[in-house]
Amino acid sequence: MFKKKANTAPEATFKETWQKGDWATKLSFIIMGISQLKNKQWLKGLIFLLSEVTFLVWFFYSGISAISLLSSLGKVKKLTRVFDKSQGIWVTKQPDSSMVILLFGIVSIILIILLLVLYYVSLKSTRHLYALNRDGKHIPTTKEDLASLLDTRLHQLLMFFPLAGIFAFTVTPTIYMITMAFTNFNQYHPIGFSWTGLQAFGQILTGDMAGTFFPVLGWTLIWAVAATATTFLFGVLLGLLIESKGIKFRGFFRTLFVIVFAVPQFVSLLMMSMFWDNAGPVNSWLQRMNWISQPIRFLQDPTLAKITVIVTNMWIGIPVTMLIATAIIQNLPQDQIEAAKMDGASALEVFRHITFPQILFVMGPSLIQQFIGNINNFNVIFLLTGGGPLNSKFYQAGSTDLLVTWLYKLTMQSVPDYNIAAALGIIIFVISAVFSLLAYRRTNAFKEG
Amino acid sequence: MHSYKQQRRLSLTFRYALLIILAIVWIFPIVWIIMTSFSVNLSGFVSSFVPKQWTFSNYAKIFNSKLYPFGSWVLNTFVIAVICAVVNTFTTTVMSYCLSRLRFKLRKPFLQFALILGMFPGFMSMIALYYMLKAIGMTNLAGLTLVYIGGAGLGFYVMKGFLDTVPRSLDEAAELEGATKWQIFIHIILPLDRPMIIYTSLTAFMAPWTDFIFPSIILSTDSPKNKTVAYGLFNMMSNTKGLSSQYFTAFVAGCVIIAVPITILFIILQRYYVSGITAGADKG
Repeated sequence: MFKKKANTAPEATFKETWQKGDWATKLSFIIMGISQLKNKQWLKGLIFLLSEVTFLVWFFYSGISAISLLSSLGKVKKLTRVFDKSQGIWVTKQPDSSMVILLFGIVSIILIILLLVLYYVSLKSTRHLYALNRDGKHIPTTKEDLASLLDTRLHQLLMFFPLAGIFAFTVTPTIYMITMAFTNFNQYHPIGFSWTGLQAFGQILTGDMAGTFFPVLGWTLIWAVAATATTFLFGVLLGLLIESKGIKFRGFFRTLFVIVFAVPQFVSLLMMSMFWDNAGPVNSWLQRMNWISQPIRFLQDPTLAKITVIVTNMWIGIPVTMLIATAIIQNLPQDQIEAAKMDGASALEVFRHITFPQILFVMGPSLIQQFIGNINNFNVIFLLTGGGPLNSKFYQAGSTDLLVTWLYKLTMQSVPDYNIAAALGIIIFVISAVFSLLAYRRTNAFKEG
Repeated sequence: MHSYKQQRRLSLTFRYALLIILAIVWIFPIVWIIMTSFSVNLSGFVSSFVPKQWTFSNYAKIFNSKLYPFGSWVLNTFVIAVICAVVNTFTTTVMSYCLSRLRFKLRKPFLQFALILGMFPGFMSMIALYYMLKAIGMTNLAGLTLVYIGGAGLGFYVMKGFLDTVPRSLDEAAELEGATKWQIFIHIILPLDRPMIIYTSLTAFMAPWTDFIFPSIILSTDSPKNKTVAYGLFNMMSNTKGLSSQYFTAFVAGCVIIAVPITILFIILQRYYVSGITAGADKG
């Protein structure tokens, strides 16, 4: 409907620009910004020129060394004693900090890629200027360029800072951590480490970590299925109960349940770990009633702890599903249900064949999101059991540890194994990706809106 | 044989009974937490439901403790929360506007890229972030704020889902009258987007009050004063758990002080929360 520029052939090729362009255009292939300056696009030209100059200065001063160190991650791997000639004594020399070398190397590579992108942009701008000059068209001034930032190129203006933030605080650290999975950065090589390829993955899948990985993975999946299924099923039932005919004060009841979810989790879950404790209120009350003589080890027994975690998660999670289910139930077409009742369907039959399938249909995508959320549900496990009880067969993990809490322990404990943790993170990513594919193929947020 | 009316009454009574029992079960631990904050307890452990003695001293204690400077934690968190609310709301709004309404070449690749990026567990980047911040000497509250702000560009899903449901004919009509994209954004989209902007700013404001993991990684070496509330309290609890500590009830009191405003905010916001979750689904 409106003028569309996409998918039209470029007005000139790079080859033509290079062959027929004037000196400034040719020079622009080496020094960015020259043709823009010549055509009085001062701001644009200066930005191109200054970025190139800054980049080159940085590149020759530190970029080259940062990248050349990347392949070895530092020469000195162990504590060494070297003779210091100026002082005439032997001194202990720390190994090269591979962590820092790796970080600077990655940042350097990202900077180079960014410059290459900028170079491509400047070339395209040069080509565009050449074509405008060739056809004798009007060349936009700086003022006009700036005005277009508020209209046709508004996205460039608005998204610049958010994208910079994403690159600095999400992309770079993620790449940084991914690379660690291919090193031997563990408790034996805490400072100077080297590239070891897929060794960490081998360790997890077939090596000494396999005995921990597969049970933890199994429990993670069981937990995610159980947590998602219980909160969904009972949340829908609770929503139906509150919305059923004749119940008054619905808002009040809903609010009561929602309070539980609204309380910050570090408060409610930490207190719940007290609640279930051997000497906590539940056990001491049961003992006082003489129903049990020994405290029930809700959080200490491996099997019981798993059940307790799932039950407590229901306490937190059911109100959310209830809230969402309520919104859906209120919008369900009533005529179908009425018709079924006329034909003599019981309440159970109406639920099984009409209400539940419809709710499932609407909530399907968010259900898979919840499932992925539960695979990564750090809070419930970490705050409630801390992954415990300890399991002597596992490496740095307890019986209720999920993959994420295990990952956390592998990095935050006194003897960190960063490479294993990073490899685990990649494995969690693969698992999430598989399920996400299922989810996002069904949501509209990612389709053309 | 029961008559139909009797049967209905029985069913209603049964449902009420079930609902009341469930409500009591659900709310009971919360009541217990609140009661604990008013109890005199020197053993550091709570084994009874109802306090034997009632007191307000826990609340006085948490504000006067030198070891655990609760007051400065609250102040720190408040400053961070306000900055986050302002910056993150702005970021989220412009990102969702661009991705929902504007059409540019890299739009789809970016959406897919964001999707893939979101699948990496947050913990992976956390540790890397810690080392990055350490390299530039920013393992402090300012660094924490930067981290909270920096990731905000990826939290556009809910608002984008909402904007996708606003008819595009509005934009097109304005465009025909000669409005620039910027004018459309300011004069048409922003007013329509108000409920989502309120929701985003309040959730952004609430997040720093409840997050304890990021601060525990980034601020662990800083002085006790420079902590956020959630981390400070969490730290206090992990130091006192299981041990006979005089600070346990004060910890609970601190938790209640933080939890009450957040709970109230959430209850006010719940309808936005629901529409956020169903935004992507209701067209499916």
